[in-house]
Amino acid sequence: MKPLKIVRSLAVPLIVDNIDTDIIIPSREMKSVSKTGLSDGLFAGWRYTAVGSREINPDFVLNDAKYADAEILLAGDNMGCGSSREHAAWALAEYGFRVVIARSFNPIFRGNCIRNGILPVKLSPEPIAKAEGQITVNLEAMTITSEAGDGWNFELETEAREMLLEGLDPIDLTLKRAADIAAFREADRARRPWIYNLKAG
Amino acid sequence: MGKTAFEKIWDAHRVSEIGDGTDLILIDRILLHERTGGVALKSLHASGRPVNDPAQVFATMDHIVDTLPGRSDNTLMPTGRDFILATREASKEAGISLFDLNDRRQGIVHVISPELGIILPGATLVCPDSHTCSQGALGGLAWGIGSSEAEHALATSTLRVNKPKTMRITIDGELAPGVTAKDLALYIVSEISSSGAVGHMIEYAGSAVTSLDVEARLTLCNMATELGAFSAFIAPDEKVFAYLKGRDYAPKGDDWTAALEQWKTIFTDADASFDKDVTLSGNDVPPMVSWGTSPQQSMPVTDDVPLYSEVSSRDSRDSYDRAIAYMDLEPGEPLRSFSIDAAFIGSCTNSRLSDLRRAADILIGQKVAPHVKAICVPGSTSVKALAEAEGLDKIFLDAGFEWRESGCSMCFFAGGESFGAEERVITSTNRNFESRQGPKTRSHLASPETVAMSAIMGHIADARMLAGKESR
Ligand code: SF4
Repeated sequence: MKPLKIVRSLAVPLIVDNIDTDIIIPSREMKSVSKTGLSDGLFAGWRYTAVGSREINPDFVLNDAKYADAEILLAGDNMGCGSSREHAAWALAEYGFRVVIARSFNPIFRGNCIRNGILPVKLSPEPIAKAEGQITVNLEAMTITSEAGDGWNFELETEAREMLLEGLDPIDLTLKRAADIAAFREADRARRPWIYNLKAG
Repeated sequence: MGKTAFEKIWDAHRVSEIGDGTDLILIDRILLHERTGGVALKSLHASGRPVNDPAQVFATMDHIVDTLPGRSDNTLMPTGRDFILATREASKEAGISLFDLNDRRQGIVHVISPELGIILPGATLVCPDSHTCSQGALGGLAWGIGSSEAEHALATSTLRVNKPKTMRITIDGELAPGVTAKDLALYIVSEISSSGAVGHMIEYAGSAVTSLDVEARLTLCNMATELGAFSAFIAPDEKVFAYLKGRDYAPKGDDWTAALEQWKTIFTDADASFDKDVTLSGNDVPPMVSWGTSPQQSMPVTDDVPLYSEVSSRDSRDSYDRAIAYMDLEPGEPLRSFSIDAAFIGSCTNSRLSDLRRAADILIGQKVAPHVKAICVPGSTSVKALAEAEGLDKIFLDAGFEWRESGCSMCFFAGGESFGAEERVITSTNRNFESRQGPKTRSHLASPETVAMSAIMGHIADARMLAGKESR
């Protein structure tokens, strides 16, 4: 994954509450057994004029030409609610979003963002939407600044920050503790043998 | 200070602390389904990482597979076959158990796991599906994860988890006759809202909860994700132990004795405290139906479609207006005046044997209204067989219901079969989001009895009218 340190971009104001993962990527758009090829279906129900069509809906903010290269998305409350499908984060990442700023996040969606190189920022997006021009998200300093000089601080867990900054995969991090896990399982097997006495088939 | 049952299980599974409230938690059971399982297994394989303990991993075919009689690997969903074949191949490669088409153990993942004794009290279980919380009904810690987390769990037998806060929802009193766990679940979300439990692990407690049988508890816990919860849990008791005894993967012999002893220690200590404590009365719960496009937009079946002023404490004006327009409802009109196009009994919420029995009790000797398309999809191949053994299939078929093979079916629209645009569907499922059951479909969530009664009447109806308990 690409390390994420500083993102400078226009922010797309899609400040709607309860954007569920089916809105982010409708299940009908999840056609292949893979994590890629999803960006085309991102927000399909809103982005295109009809189900299955690819005719652009000119009223949808993402279709505004000035946001073509935007890497920051602004959303409302309970962003990413609904189905836990990770495709929502994959589709956002593939489309080019690196930061999602929302008033609040569904926790599963938030975790999926972090795992897939997207920084979730919990902050009121309204003042940011009013900021003219590019905004800068600095993960090292944990700040957001606008061109006009407005600034906001945000928070993120240490490990999530480290992963995003270094572009690391959490499995790599955990496998460093493989010996601890094996020892824990051995001790647990003595305590709860029934958990382990399974035969596949 | 005592511990909550959740904290006892959590602590027993904590391999280490990672910091910032995140722990490395041991995972005892992993469940996969064909919609995301094949992707996770293949992606893991491609990264050169093996499954750490294949014996603890189970997969089923439920989300994409057709439920029409005589189904095969080919699906109405274009490319569905690829998911099925990929999951079959990847399961074999990884050496995990797969409950494939035509396997008697096949079914909806959250239906078969309890049925087969895969989820156990005190165990941790994860599945890349948001309704995994259902399984907390057996006293285990079961929660939904994303695909990358599934890969993490498969590769390491652990997950990095931010410890959720705790919340107890106590339901005192008892449910009135004709009121079910589904009504209770809809009532709770209408009371505390669809974000009322965000970040919390719910423990359901109280007399109206402990008096539920295991299948009804599964229905209640199923909709914890509709409250935004991390998951839900009910302390295991004799009903759970009796339910599990002898199931395929439940402990046997000495293991059973040892397990039982340990399971009896899984309860919340009297002096333990919760981050949030909510008490509701089971006596207050009526049969409920959702009117809008979020489960929190639910109401008593006998009421009128709410005016904005009646729900303004929970709904924003925008979301209210949008829901009313989408659902094509008239505020102030009785909900029961709205004609339905379809009725669906199925899903991990309400497709177990007891659900089908209660619906059949209503359907017996009755006919579905001619304009209504009615479908019943048993939650598992085993539920289907048990139902057929007692003749329930005939009752459904005689009434005019389709009787299907098991799977998620039209609980959600995967790109294959669906209800029609703007069709009004009364459904025993758990989600009524826009287009959940097909493009522009209007879903009303309800209990299987309410679905059955509405199918007969051709409009939304109160099942208690049959017993003469409630007038039309
Ligand atoms: S039945 Fe519906 S809610 Fe349950 S697992 Fe299947 S798709 Fe999800």
